[in-house]
Amino acid sequence: MTDSTPFQSLLGGALIGLSAVLLMALHGRIAGMTGILTGVIPPLASEWLWRAAFLAGAVVAPLLYQAIGGHIAFSVPVPTLALVGGGFLVGIGVHFGGGCPSGHGICGMARLSPPSIIAVATFMMTAFATVFLVRHVIGG
Amino acid sequence: MSKLVSAFLIGGVFGLGITVSGMINPAKVLNFFDLAGTWDPSLIFVMGGGLAIAFAGYRLVFRRRKAPVFETAFALPTKRAIDAELVGGAAVFGIGWGIAGFCPGGAIPALGLGYSATPIFVAAVIAGIIVARFARARLAQPAAT
Repeated sequence: MTDSTPFQSLLGGALIGLSAVLLMALHGRIAGMTGILTGVIPPLASEWLWRAAFLAGAVVAPLLYQAIGGHIAFSVPVPTLALVGGGFLVGIGVHFGGGCPSGHGICGMARLSPPSIIAVATFMMTAFATVFLVRHVIGG
Repeated sequence: MSKLVSAFLIGGVFGLGITVSGMINPAKVLNFFDLAGTWDPSLIFVMGGGLAIAFAGYRLVFRRRKAPVFETAFALPTKRAIDAELVGGAAVFGIGWGIAGFCPGGAIPALGLGYSATPIFVAAVIAGIIVARFARARLAQPAAT
């Protein structure tokens, strides 16, 4: 079980949206984790430095949150094999699909981009179906 | 230099949002997808909050500015086709997301928390991206006959 956290989730979502707006206003870029991560995987994108700085900021933020006394609930309810297999599929999928929830789901949908809306609808459906299969058909 | 500091701070806002929203927690993400079981609706609020701010904010930025502060032009994605590659890629991503409970935006901020699951997942994602790049490069070359 995880408790429903509507207020924190709305606030956190708004911060994700704010980072997308700031990255557009200041750097003219889409705040999609797929594109930012891909840019620092060799062969490096020519504009890889700001991406590395963004990633570093994203890693440091939860640590600061903990340092000021914030509690971070975190648990991984799947075996290592699922992390490896799921991660590999995520990597293949975001490359061909051109983005993930941050890029397509927030930035693309906010621009009302039809490919992003189709991508989000598709990956939400397959994620719902996968969790149903894993938890209630295979594991049930 | 100020450009890098800015990107670092904006990444920090992103990471804080992922943390506060609960997207950093694979258990919470998987429960969102478990309609028939331990459903946790929180991610609807993450999406709602993020979209509301990004929708209004992007419009404000594009109306007020001809170019971003640090660059000469906005680097917007070129319009891409809705084709088998897009839909198939998104479908495969969703399957991986449903298996692992992590997405790239959730996993990167979680790297600093010190659990071994996160770097294992991120390494697998990077391996997937590298294999996909290689496969695309091969597919793009006409077969030598």
